Amino acid sequence: MSGKAYDVIIVGGGHAGCEAAAAAARLGVSTALVTHKRATIGEMSCNPAIGGLGKGHLVREIDALDGLMGRVADAAGIQFRVLNRRKGPAVRGPRAQADRALYRAAMQKAIAEQPNLEVIEGEVDDLIVDHGRVEGVALLDGRTFGTRAVVLTTGTFLRGLIHRGEETTPAGRLGEKPVLGLSKRLEALGLQLGRLKTGTPARLDGTSIDFSMLEAQPGDEPPEPFSSLTETITNRQVMCHVTRTTAETHRIIADNIHRSAMYSGRIQSRGPRYCPSIEDKIVRFADRDSHQIFLEPEGLDDPTIYPNGLSTSLPADVQEAFLRSMPGLADVRIVKLGYAIEYDHVDPRELLPTLALRRLPGLYLAGQINGTTGYEEAAAQGLIAGANAALAVSDRAPLMLSRTASYIGVMIDDLVTRGVSEPYRMFTSRAEFRLHLRSDNADQRLTTLGVETGLVGPVRADHYAKKARRLVAGRALLETSVTTPSEARATGLAVNADGQKRTAFELLSYPDIAAEDLLRRWPDLHVIAPETMAQLAVDAQYAVYVDRQRADIEAVRRDEAIAIPDWVDYAAISGLSIEIRQKLTARRPATLAQAQAIDGVTPAALTLILAIIKRGALRKAS
Amino acid sequence: MSAGDTIIALSSGSLPSGVAIIRISGQLTRTLLEAFAGGPPRPRHASLRTIGRNNAIDEGLVLFFPGPRSFTGEDCAELQVHGSRAVIRALLSALAAEPGVRLADAGEFTRRAFLNGKLDLVQVEGLSDLLAAETEAQRRQAGERLAGGLTRDIALWRETLIELRVELEAHLDFSDEGDVGTNLPPHLATGIAELAKTLEHAAARYEGGRIVREGFRVALAGPPNAGKSSLLNALARSDVAIVTSEAGTTRDIKEVPVELGGQLCLFVDMAGLRDTDSLAEAEGVRRARMELDRADLVLWLEPPDQAPIAPPETRAPMIVIPTKGDLPGADAAAISVQTGQGLDDLMTAIRKAAELAIGEGSLLVSHERDRQALLHAAGALRNAGERLHLPELAAEELRRTTHSLETLLGRVDAEMILDRLFAGFCIGK
Repeated sequence: MSGKAYDVIIVGGGHAGCEAAAAAARLGVSTALVTHKRATIGEMSCNPAIGGLGKGHLVREIDALDGLMGRVADAAGIQFRVLNRRKGPAVRGPRAQADRALYRAAMQKAIAEQPNLEVIEGEVDDLIVDHGRVEGVALLDGRTFGTRAVVLTTGTFLRGLIHRGEETTPAGRLGEKPVLGLSKRLEALGLQLGRLKTGTPARLDGTSIDFSMLEAQPGDEPPEPFSSLTETITNRQVMCHVTRTTAETHRIIADNIHRSAMYSGRIQSRGPRYCPSIEDKIVRFADRDSHQIFLEPEGLDDPTIYPNGLSTSLPADVQEAFLRSMPGLADVRIVKLGYAIEYDHVDPRELLPTLALRRLPGLYLAGQINGTTGYEEAAAQGLIAGANAALAVSDRAPLMLSRTASYIGVMIDDLVTRGVSEPYRMFTSRAEFRLHLRSDNADQRLTTLGVETGLVGPVRADHYAKKARRLVAGRALLETSVTTPSEARATGLAVNADGQKRTAFELLSYPDIAAEDLLRRWPDLHVIAPETMAQLAVDAQYAVYVDRQRADIEAVRRDEAIAIPDWVDYAAISGLSIEIRQKLTARRPATLAQAQAIDGVTPAALTLILAIIKRGALRKAS
Repeated sequence: MSAGDTIIALSSGSLPSGVAIIRISGQLTRTLLEAFAGGPPRPRHASLRTIGRNNAIDEGLVLFFPGPRSFTGEDCAELQVHGSRAVIRALLSALAAEPGVRLADAGEFTRRAFLNGKLDLVQVEGLSDLLAAETEAQRRQAGERLAGGLTRDIALWRETLIELRVELEAHLDFSDEGDVGTNLPPHLATGIAELAKTLEHAAARYEGGRIVREGFRVALAGPPNAGKSSLLNALARSDVAIVTSEAGTTRDIKEVPVELGGQLCLFVDMAGLRDTDSLAEAEGVRRARMELDRADLVLWLEPPDQAPIAPPETRAPMIVIPTKGDLPGADAAAISVQTGQGLDDLMTAIRKAAELAIGEGSLLVSHERDRQALLHAAGALRNAGERLHLPELAAEELRRTTHSLETLLGRVDAEMILDRLFAGFCIGK
């Protein structure tokens, strides 16, 4: 090795790479982050926003484990909005428009300040593998660095190919080189690679847009931060605007559809259905006469506008023509053209729930390379992969989050058991235990585990410990404050006169009883601070449902704790039907919980698998 | 299905049998024994108890095995009761109606025992046989549903349920999209209520279950003075109906419960069928026609001493019985309540008809499982309908609906819902 050796090397400085590097370093191992250019660390290569439904939940979970994304987004946010504010807390998702430059700066600062972490500029061309283990990385410039674990977070750089109209350009992002060497290495390992597609719209010069004729969309006042450590948002807050496609827009696109890379047959791979190109929207939903387009500012001192909803692979002249057919955009100038990009990804069923590859110990993958899309999905995987790389080199037990306790767990479980057929994005509907996995209780679900693992530093640990004590004391007080219906009614609380005694906690779950109302019946409840009471009110609202699901949650957790070793040979287990045998062999569930989730696997079949595992363990012991 | 539930199962062989054993395992075992058997008896000692929650269902031996010294390692109990379908059906239904209690899946007792270190590996490998049996049972059950014409219904329920979930999930996950309206579509409430009603009807259609639970309805019909009431008395061996030789005496409907071979039968005595001028009797005839429609079996009685009339059309199967075999000119095959001639054969015929209507003994439990799944699902749907103003709770109820129906409909996972959602809504910025 020509260079220094590190315990863990992270390849890539995007959202996954940054969280991976910081997580490994927080666990106290020497860590290096290798990226093309220091200056592009923390780049938001697509839309200038963090969070949303499902995604905001992921950001809160990353924050609960002391990750970077929440704090960085708070430092860069220029418009905050909680989506679904009119619906219940379980499905509310915090979202923020971020100033691209502020985001990069805040992320680069966080990386620079992180102890145990060094940044190396360069391009990783290959892995150094010896005796079936990762031993280091080789850079294109000839430098080599030794290591015990590598986390690959190469995004769309693996054999990236940009499409716009009739042109194709090999590239990782617009104007940046793709990575070719690593793709070959991954292929040589015999890994299943797939190819996916994603796209991005043109960027517009805001000074050429007539905002006066467009509907303005303000953020929330006051803005609600992502991180529980952020007290207030200090950036100036700005508006977004909404325009719409017109009949003329639709005509221009329809007339030129054959020139779109998507429709000319140049792009074969599958793009995300929830983020379709404008071509897709016009073709697949021909009956809709107009689509909403959000004009999102890219920064406070940057006039660039991101037109959300207009991702396209049409050629330059068509992009300009259809943009100018929309209200407010008659004289718009394009700063950067939109494009579609195809890239390689690894079938995530090649991964263990730690995000380590089954086939090459010491190699971890996170982000788009695993077939996901989105900054938040990438960051969450980065955190888990980085943490597990560090834990593995420290000979410590891995960190595996359960799908019963976190969206991160849901995502990783979905990825490693089901694989992907399109870029995977988080939605709240993916979580069976959605009413429990809320963005308001991410810290209650994960911070204690983070503290035990060593991922959570003293500041957050202390902050959370105090909050947890307030919650426990507050809940105890609410649950020991008991009232009869007549006492409750005497203080104006609407309760059925059924003779049933109720606790203040139960009353708090009633939609028409607010925390202030309880003070009339129990003046001593004022000792509970308003924000603690607000959290307890949300807990109370869902308590019945969460209790009802508790047995299901325990069952899943118990089965998640039972690993199915690689030597289990389903073909050799008599009693399993051919169908079940084939499914198990193809999907290779890592745990009994994953086997259970496979269609057709019965409780008796599970017991048989369990018996085989235990017998094997006994033989190995003797 | 949750592994934390308390599970129950008929663990003895097929019914009817002399004695049948219902096993219980799980944390609610004590609670169940308190509610159904006057409290847990002394551990590992048999105790004779009246069994039933509010009404006594049977009398039998109750054994309690507190965990971990039990066959599954959890708190367990055995109820040793009479092996009649009616008793087992009633007990399983009543037990499974308790919250947190359900019928066990195949192999589930063994699985719990194994997890709690109660079985050795050799014993568990006997599961291979169980798996084969499970497959066979599923095959038969599928055939059964096919024969019952349920398959098409099931496909339709599945489709409806997915559509309802898609509408609701679109509002939760994509409320910021232009293509998703601000308010839930009004047809959602109607759709949910209609599906609930359909499932409740389907549950009621599990005839075998109703027959075992409420009794096999046998209507005694025929012209006036055909000997219906006399036959009833002979069958019931007690004078319950007023019997005179004057035609048209029986104007009210009488139900007489009789147990035949472990099966509860309800013999229904009714007015003779003829046109009549008497107002009271006309009302009796109208009710008799209604009873014929409800019956599971119709016994059509033909006396030798009257001009025969054509039997009515009935939904249920009919046995034509010549009566008054003791009178001169009677049919050679006629029964006689005076001499007892032909009565045993008649009883056997009725019992066989009842067994046929209920279906095979092994299907008893699976039928009950389906029926309960349908009722749970309908209940969850009704809850969803009441919570549409809190869409995330309504969505949770719909998820539970799908979960309850999993064995009937097959698995419906998030991916399937999303597939439909993206096909139907223009999502994506």
